[in-house]
Amino acid sequence: MHLNKLNLLRSMLQIRRFEEKLEQLSRETEKIYGMMIVSTGQEAVASGVGAVLDPADVIISNHRSHGHLLAKGADPKLIMAEIFGKATGYNKGKSGTLHIAAPEVNVLCTTTVVGGGIPIAVGTAFASHYKQQKNVTVCFFGDGASDEGSFHEALNLASLWNLPVIFACENNVYSGAQRVEEHSKVKNFADRAIAYGMPGIVVDGNNVLEVYQSAMKAKERCLSGEGPTLIEYKTYRWGGHSTHDQQSYQPQEEIELWKKLCPIEQLKATLIKEGVLGQEQYQQMENEIKQAVEEAVKFADESPWPQPEDAMEDIYI
Amino acid sequence: MQNLTLGEAVKQALREEMLRDENVFVAGEGIGVGIHNNPKLPTHGLLEEFGPERVKDTPVSEAAIAGLAVGASVMGLRPVVEIMFNPFFTIASDQIINHAAKLRYLSGGKSKFPLVVRIKTGAGIGAGCQHSHNLEAWVAHCPGLKVVMPGTPADAKGLLKTAIRDDNPVIFIEDMILNFIPMPVPEEDYTIPLGPADIKKPGDDVTVVTWSKMLGTALNAAGKLEQQGISVEVVDLRTLAPLDEDTILKSVRKTGRLLVLHEATRTGGFGGEIAALVAEKAFNQLKAPVKRITAPDIPVPYSKPMEQFYIPNEDNVINGIKSILG
Ligand SMILES: Cc1ncc(C[n+]2csc(CCOP(=O)(O)OP(=O)(O)O)c2C)c(N)n1
Ligand SMILES: [Mg+2]
Repeated sequence: MHLNKLNLLRSMLQIRRFEEKLEQLSRETEKIYGMMIVSTGQEAVASGVGAVLDPADVIISNHRSHGHLLAKGADPKLIMAEIFGKATGYNKGKSGTLHIAAPEVNVLCTTTVVGGGIPIAVGTAFASHYKQQKNVTVCFFGDGASDEGSFHEALNLASLWNLPVIFACENNVYSGAQRVEEHSKVKNFADRAIAYGMPGIVVDGNNVLEVYQSAMKAKERCLSGEGPTLIEYKTYRWGGHSTHDQQSYQPQEEIELWKKLCPIEQLKATLIKEGVLGQEQYQQMENEIKQAVEEAVKFADESPWPQPEDAMEDIYI
Repeated sequence: MQNLTLGEAVKQALREEMLRDENVFVAGEGIGVGIHNNPKLPTHGLLEEFGPERVKDTPVSEAAIAGLAVGASVMGLRPVVEIMFNPFFTIASDQIINHAAKLRYLSGGKSKFPLVVRIKTGAGIGAGCQHSHNLEAWVAHCPGLKVVMPGTPADAKGLLKTAIRDDNPVIFIEDMILNFIPMPVPEEDYTIPLGPADIKKPGDDVTVVTWSKMLGTALNAAGKLEQQGISVEVVDLRTLAPLDEDTILKSVRKTGRLLVLHEATRTGGFGGEIAALVAEKAFNQLKAPVKRITAPDIPVPYSKPMEQFYIPNEDNVINGIKSILG
């Protein structure tokens, strides 16, 4: 696959602007019901991993899912409509922000049960293997999720059977209000791979090019039949756990420090230095993305609500 | 009298029991330092008062949290552990259902497991089905567990104190919506026994048996029907196990009509148990078929119009009562 760095930048910027809009709507309007969980600061993980995936590759996502969805090519309009609870959303309003499934782009499950997706990724990878298909599954989860039993069982089984799955652990320094040192004794969550006989690698999750390279390597390993890889992406959640979180436990200096390591600014600077990107071109990219976000909001806003009785649909086939 | 939300009443009970008995400790996700720095929440401020030895923030590890309670309790401690939302209880359920509920029996009555699992529950917060699934029937189905579901802050305080002092495993389920509604709570130290139901409103024409958040819905409906000359008796179960059969039967024998109301889904819900009890033991006194008002058999949908459709409301109850009054 040919690496297009401008597309990486575009992807990260799209996630950033989309989620900024969500946060704003959630705080300032009544359009969004319930809590809003965003990934601001972590965009390089979704975009870098997403860039190595083919349409047939599968994503299993978690509660911090918008970036994963967008990076896999999900339609911002349908995501926005789902978050608004409208009938036109990806899941007709049944999921909301927390559980969006977009089978159209092979995001087959977004679960908000922490760790719940990791064993499912073993299953989707098993199916690819069983059907001898050349595709992989990426399972995104957080540092906190690696404390669940589901993580350990799933990694052991995936490794035992050499399944084509990439376990993408987004270490954003917090699990709820707990810092990593408060919820685990391991310095690197990637070290947990040793226990299951699979490679575990640590990657700068704010450097989208390194994210991309690492995911490509893991994908090649999957496709050559050697089995899964656990990749720990070191990154940081700029905001709180959700829009309801006052971040009382998150030191301001720490946030500022990580903001200096903004994945978007880093790539932008590189591209400008390399002469690949000019200020004008960047501005144009910004404008296009902002316009697309506004269009998504307009679409969601103007979409009809589901009928109350629609709740009864879609349970059995 | 003080006005407290259910969360604040729970906190008062936890605090008083921790002061009373040093074997009581609390553990769970975000119970010391949480993402919501909100004094209305049930464990807010406990860490500052009792320190990190007795207020244990745990990793996201429900199986280990539940196992911690099982093991610590057989050693003589009195753990009160929290499972953040009812759906996550499924991860803890091996330790509770296969172990806590059975190990005393398996010891031939020699061991005891005085633990409490507090679980937050309920629809109506726009969090969708993986946060809002009421599973009380699962636990009430397991011999060896006591199951408490308070409908008011005052009951929550007294019941939780008893649960902590009880030598059996107790599942204590708190509806989150009740954390937003302050109500009067006595200030003194009091307990409420696990078992007896409470008649929250006496009446003659029809019995409504309910629990937890639906108590409010039942009382509102009863108030409106009163104005139309229909007298409703509202029986708040408070504990599903042990079940207060006598109060239910006595009320139904008096009114001759039963409506069971719960937020959980219908099939296999605990309402069926109440209906079966009455069919077995008060069939001859029934003047009309038993009616159940429950959520439909679907997961809790996110979108507000559908979520509201899911949660039983006053109108459902009023119509249900009118339908059995004929
Ligand atoms: C099984 C389960 N337990 C608890 C929760 C509540 N919860 C939601 S997100 C979260 C923290 C997860 O941290 P991490 O895995 O690091 O992901 P992050 O939020 O940092 O992206 C917790 C405890 C949950 N959703 N599921
Ligand atoms: Mg995290």
